Parts: sequence; structure tokens; C-alpha cells
Amino acid sequence: MATAGEIAEKAGREDVRRRWLLSTPALAIIFFAGIGPLFIVLVYSFLAPGSYGDVKWQFSTDAWVGVVLQRDIFDGTISIADAHLQIFLRSVTLSLATTVLTLIFGFPTAYFIATRPENRRDIWLFLITIPFWTNLLIRTFAMMEVLRNEGLVNGLLRFLHIIDQPIQFMYTDFAVLVGMVYVFLPLMVLPLFASMEKLDFRLVEAGYDLYATRFQVLRRVIIPLVKPGIIAGSILVFIPSLGAYVTPRVMGGGTNLMIGNLIELQFGQGRNWPLGAALSMTLMAIVMIALLFYVRNAGRNQGSGHG
Amino acid sequence: MARPRFEVRAQTGFTVMAVLTFGLLYLPIMTLVVYAFNDNDSIAIWKGFSLRWFRSAWNNQLVVEASIRSFQIAAAAAVLATVAATMAALATTRVTRPYRGLTFKYAFINQPLMVPEIVTAVALLIFFSRIKMWTGYTGLGYLIVAHTAFCIPFAYLPIRARLESMDLSLETAAADLYATPWNTFRRVTLPLLWPGILAGLMLAFVISLDDVVITEFVKSGGQDTLPTYMLGQFRRIVTPEINAISTVFLLLSIAIVTIFFFVSRKRA
Repeated sequence: MATAGEIAEKAGREDVRRRWLLSTPALAIIFFAGIGPLFIVLVYSFLAPGSYGDVKWQFSTDAWVGVVLQRDIFDGTISIADAHLQIFLRSVTLSLATTVLTLIFGFPTAYFIATRPENRRDIWLFLITIPFWTNLLIRTFAMMEVLRNEGLVNGLLRFLHIIDQPIQFMYTDFAVLVGMVYVFLPLMVLPLFASMEKLDFRLVEAGYDLYATRFQVLRRVIIPLVKPGIIAGSILVFIPSLGAYVTPRVMGGGTNLMIGNLIELQFGQGRNWPLGAALSMTLMAIVMIALLFYVRNAGRNQGSGHG
Repeated sequence: MARPRFEVRAQTGFTVMAVLTFGLLYLPIMTLVVYAFNDNDSIAIWKGFSLRWFRSAWNNQLVVEASIRSFQIAAAAAVLATVAATMAALATTRVTRPYRGLTFKYAFINQPLMVPEIVTAVALLIFFSRIKMWTGYTGLGYLIVAHTAFCIPFAYLPIRARLESMDLSLETAAADLYATPWNTFRRVTLPLLWPGILAGLMLAFVISLDDVVITEFVKSGGQDTLPTYMLGQFRRIVTPEINAISTVFLLLSIAIVTIFFFVSRKRA
């Protein structure tokens, strides 16, 4: 006769088996159209390029070397691939700038929403959510309307007689930056608000009553308490910025490339699939490092919450 | 030395910045919508109010086809993703005894959120172009599978949140009253879970409808969705027709978000 312990053990095993069965469809689809193909990209990054796209099945590390180095086609000398490094540098710089700017605009906004009376908070939050769920392409296009030569900003400046000739905003790094700040701003506000909503504002008042200046209250009370939100928001903005494809393509007009556009180029005109694969893996590695940084920090913050 | 009380709500600097942010957030969208009604061939100069670009978009065969295709893909992907996500949520929540592989499942399900879209797009381009060569099949199936995969984490989030707020006592009671597991699920779990499933379905639908990058890389010739059609148009001279399409798209998104907002608010 089975003991109660054995029966419970058997029921437990049954439960685990049922749970694996239930999760199979989701895991299978994500494996088939998400994780699995990444391994193919990894394999492709170690092959030689075919003449008309695709690959030749021979082992080669040229693609990985090509990420940072280039070989002169005439004399075979090797030098640093300036063009690639420049694009990497631009991607990282623009993504960091985007993160900082969204924080500068997003922080006061989240504070503002969190300090509204409870019944009105939802309305303000709703106003942030609408752009969040609006097509990214449409939002980028909307920003293009504002920045182009005959657009809102130039029109206004001309109307005020500040300028005679329109300022060329479009197809510059500045346009890409403005576009990215615009489209990724909700990603900063939402996690910041989530943190700020839990903030006990009596602590802020207490700090002020104890003769802290406004700036000290901000630096010593508010920022430390909403730090998880700041980190989460920064990661949520930084990662998609780094891999951005649509915004730099539309706002940068094909000249101000970011990593995403450089990757696309290898599968289009460039016709160097292995290089594209190696660049993809490089981008993913940078993103994974950023995520690890986030996980470590989030863990530490939770830990310090008890101390 | 007495200081004025600290008014948490009235921090002028922050309020000004916040109002400015809301203004900047909506100004471009408003401009876009206003210019959709422009009676001019170019988007540059305002000539007068007209609905001609809405008519023009409506009569544009490519736009109509792309819209229908977008809806087909989004509907199929949202339903598939929601079914898979519901099952996965049932499997990963309310675990009485944590088991090995649970963390693995979370990581797996959220994978589409962590890998940059362009990388997934490239991976699927390589993988699917092989399959296309082997099988000769070039239909919408590829796009539907790709969309389903990246919609799963979005559908999963609200369903999981809903499940975690439900305790097991009702299901246990049903089982004690000799309901079969299937009947328990259908009569007890499903009705309680329904708002979460609905929210997941809507999120998945919007996410699929909005996708540009993965669709752009996976689609075969003549399979433009509305967003990839619009992206293609940016290479040419943009007419207010794009504004008109965007405006309709925008209204649709707002409608879905509004419904979603109220569905999830009722929960709270």
C-alpha cells in the first residue's frame, strides 16, 4: 500500500508533467521562430559569403574579423574598419543620449502623474499609454512632419523672422536623436511612474521639514527611492534604441546609419550575409551585457531594501 | 526660521516640464492628423480642408490589400499567441511546488522581448528563406508564425497577472464536488480568467498590427502589410495620403487601447 507521502509525490510528478505539456505550444513556437533561428545566425557568422547573397558552406572567421577590421581590396593591407566603428560609436552615443533625454523629460512627467489625485492619475497615464500603443512608424513619421524643411519648427522660425532659409534638421544625427527620444519616451515614463506611485511622499515632506533644500530632497530622498524605476526605464529605452532600425532609416535618410541599418545593408545591397550575421551577434552581445547589468543591479536593490 | 510648507503636488519646475512633455508628445501627432485633411498634393503647404486623401487611400488597391493582409495576420497571430500564452500561463503560475525548469520557461517565454527585433528579423530571413527553397511554400504562414512568436510574451503578461490574483480555492472546491478537470477549467477557471485573456488578445493584436521590422524581412514579394507599405512610401515623395492612412490607423489604436484600458481597470 502506498503511503500518503508516495501518493503526494506521484501527484506532484503528475502536476509537473501536466505543466510541461501545457507550456509546450508556447515554447515550441518561440523556439521555432525566435531562439532556434538565432543559432543559425551564429553558424552563418562562421561561413563565407556567397556571390549573390546567402553563404558558401566553408568555415571562415572573415565575417567576425570584418566587424572591426577591413582588408584593402587592392594591396591587401589590414586596417581598422572605420566605417563600422563609427556606426557602432554613433549607435551607442545616440542610445545613451536618448536614454538621458528621455529621463530628463520622463522623470518630471512621472512625478507629476504620481502626485495627481488618485482619480485623475488614470487619465494622465492614459495619455502616456496612447502614444505607447501607436504604431512606431506613424510616430516617427509625425516627428518628420515637425522637423522637415517645410515643417512646423522651420515654419514657426520663419514666421518669427528668426531665419530666412529653412534649417536642415532632417537626415542628421539630431533628427535621429529627436525621433528616438520621441518614440521611446513612454517606455521611460511607465516604469518610472510604477516606482514613483509607491513612493511615500511623506518622506519627501519630512526631508524638507528637516531643512534639506529642494535639490537635496531630490538627490537624497526621491532618486534613491525610485532608483529601480530609473534603472528599468533606462534599460527599456537603451536596448531598443541600440537596435533601432525604423527611426534611423526614416529620420537619418539612409546616411546616418545605426547598427540595425548596417545589418540590413549586409542582407540587401551589401550581400554579405556572414558579416550581417556577425554584426547581429555583436549587437545581441551588447544587449545581453546591458541586461546582465540590469539584473545584477535589480537584485542588489531588492537586497538592500531589507537592510 | 520658518519655511513655507513643501507642497508635493505643486513643484513648479516638474509641473512645467511635465506639461511640456505632454505637449511635445501630442504636437507631432496632432500635426500629422491635421495635414491628413490638407487639400494639396504635397504635405508641405496647407491649402484648405478636404477629405480627398481619405478617398484616395480608400481607392488605392495597394493600401486596401495591405490593410486586409495586416488584419488577417494580426487576427491569426493574436488568437494563436493568446491560446499558447494562456496554456503557458496556466503552467507557470500558482505553482504549489516550484519545479526545475520554471525559471527556464520564464526566460524562454520572454525571449522575444530581450533580443533586438532586427536580430530576430535577420535570423528569420535566413531560416525562412531556406524553408521557402525546400518547400516552395511562400504564403502568409511565415508571417503568422513569426508574429505569433513575438506576440506570446505580450499576451502572456496580463493573463499571468490575472491568474496570480486568483487563488486555487474555487478550483479545489469544484474538484471536491467531483467536477472533472476539464469541467473545472471550463466552468470555473476560464470565466474568472476571461478579462486577462481578452486583454492579452488585444495587446497581441496591436503588437502584431504595429510590427514593421520583422515583417519587412520575412515577407515575400507582394506581401506588404500596412506598416511596410508605408515604410516603402517614405522612399518616394510623401503625399497626404500617408497622413490619411496614419490617421485611420491612429484612431484604431486609440480605440483598442481605450477598450484595453477599461477592461484592465475593471480588474483593479
